[in-house]
Parts: sequence; structure tokens; C-alpha cells
Amino acid sequence: MRFAVVQFGGSNCDRDTYHVLSDVCGVETDLVWYKDGLERSYDAVVLPGGFSYGDYLRAGAIAARTPIMAELIRHAKSGGLVLGICNGAQIGSEAGLIPGTFTLNAYPKFISRHVHLRVENTTSPFTGLYREGEVIRVPIAHKEGRYVAPDEVIARLNRDGQVAFRFCDEHGNVTPESNPNGSAENITGVLSEAGNVLAMMPHPERASESVLGSEDGVKIFNSMIAYIEEHGSRGTIR
Amino acid sequence: MKYDVTITIGLKEGMLNPEARAIQHALANLGFPTEGLSTARLYRITLDASNAAAAKKEAGQMCERLLANPVIHHYTIEVE
Repeated sequence: MRFAVVQFGGSNCDRDTYHVLSDVCGVETDLVWYKDGLERSYDAVVLPGGFSYGDYLRAGAIAARTPIMAELIRHAKSGGLVLGICNGAQIGSEAGLIPGTFTLNAYPKFISRHVHLRVENTTSPFTGLYREGEVIRVPIAHKEGRYVAPDEVIARLNRDGQVAFRFCDEHGNVTPESNPNGSAENITGVLSEAGNVLAMMPHPERASESVLGSEDGVKIFNSMIAYIEEHGSRGTIR
Repeated sequence: MKYDVTITIGLKEGMLNPEARAIQHALANLGFPTEGLSTARLYRITLDASNAAAAKKEAGQMCERLLANPVIHHYTIEVE
């Protein structure tokens, strides 16, 4: 099993993510510079956080149109897993891997703090190790993280189980007060229709070791590994 | 032939515009109450095209493929 973490100019969570995958989860992982392309097939590809291209135009917009993304889209279309974290989520939405988009926070400033998330879907390749409704504590660090999508898209996400995480309070209540950036229906983790792509604004790699104050995020990476072990790298996606 | 194209990209009607809201608030603090305020981004592009319609079409493709995000943006194109 082999994971890739794609590095764009301006990625800054690439090594954190690599560390968690290789040292904490124990999975073979390559750091892949975007200009080198995906030279081999991977079981899963992670788009890490950061500020690719300085967030010029829109966060993620320019990275989403680089040649490696065409390869990544082919990887996703063939059933390969893709996890986009923060800037990686923005890149994924700009590339059309998930519906909707992440834009300027309702209160337009950078927010960096721990938040609580309610796990809304425990059958996806990314969330299989969580309990239904589990409340986890993971940090966010973004200015353009407000999830926006047309009403009919939100309805479809709800109906088809494409919402992976919502912002909530420490007891799991999804409230306006627990929504740090004004995301539609507190949504901050979105699955693709086929379920093999997850775009999320919070940073699970920053909550994957007890020394960091929370290990709640590591289950995302371990869920992916468990899924690939059970189903193969192009497992039967729903 | 060279054409100067002006592309204006703004948020769709009804979309929350936190930047505009913050600016409106700052203007009010300076004694300029406003009833409405929106922001848009303007691109001036010079390009070669066989005619004005072709220049406009190409600018439209630029908007669809990169400059605008169809989930939140609308755009207008003027060709000179």
C-alpha cells in the first residue's frame, strides 16, 4: 500500500501529513512535487493544506488547474481515494472533485483554533473507524473555508450521505454558535458522489498524536488504510 | 486583430459578501452610511481574435474555466 502527498508551491502541511502517514500510521508514503506528476499508481493521494500559489485568484483555483490535477482526477475517477485537507479541500472543490465550494469566512478573518466536529457518515472510506455521531476535536486554520453550495446540492448531500463532518459544540449539537465560518448547515467535510473523495477544512494531521492535544484526527488516515486493506486500492465504491 | 476585453466578476445575487459588509461598516464609521455596497473584480485583457464576437467567446471561456467559480460568481464581458 502506498500513499502520495502532493506538494505545490505554497503547500505547508505537506510534511506534517507525510509524518503522520509514514511515522504514526506506518504506511509507505511519497512526497510528490506537483511538476513531477503521479509517476506511479497510488492507493490514496492526499492534497495537503497550505497556500498554493499564494491563494491568488481564489484559494486553490490555480493549483486545481495544474497538469498533475488531471492525473489526480483520473485517479479519482478510477476509484482511487483522494483526501483534500484545508487548501487541499479548496483545490479539490475548484477541480470539481466535490460539489460546492469553500469561500471567504462569514466574518472575513483568518481563524486558527480547535473546533468540534460531528461525524455524520461512518460508512465512507475516510470515516469507517468512527462511531456514528461521534464528536471529535480537530483544529481549523483558514480564511476561505465557508462551504457554499446551491440549496438543491445541499439537499442531495444530506439525502445521499455525502456530508462527512459538521461543526458542532462539545456535546455534538449543530448550532449557529458552533459554526466558526458560516458554512451552509455547518458542513465542513464533503464526500464526492462516489464516496472516494473527501474534502475537509479541518486539519486531522494536526490532531493525530497525543502530544498535540488530540488524536481524534488520526482515525481518518487509519480508516483509509483499513478501507484499502479490506477493499483493495480501487475498492467497490458505493 | 487586437481587442481590449474587460471582464467583471462579482458574486451572484443573494450571496453573502463578507468583504462588502466589512467595507460598508468601515464607511459607516467614517460617517458615510450606505444602503447597499457590493464588490467585484475587474480584469483588463488584451488578446488577438478574428472579430469581436470571437474575442468575447474566448473571454467567456476564460471565465468558465478559471476566472470565475460558477458556484458563486456571475460575470460580464465588454469588448472594445
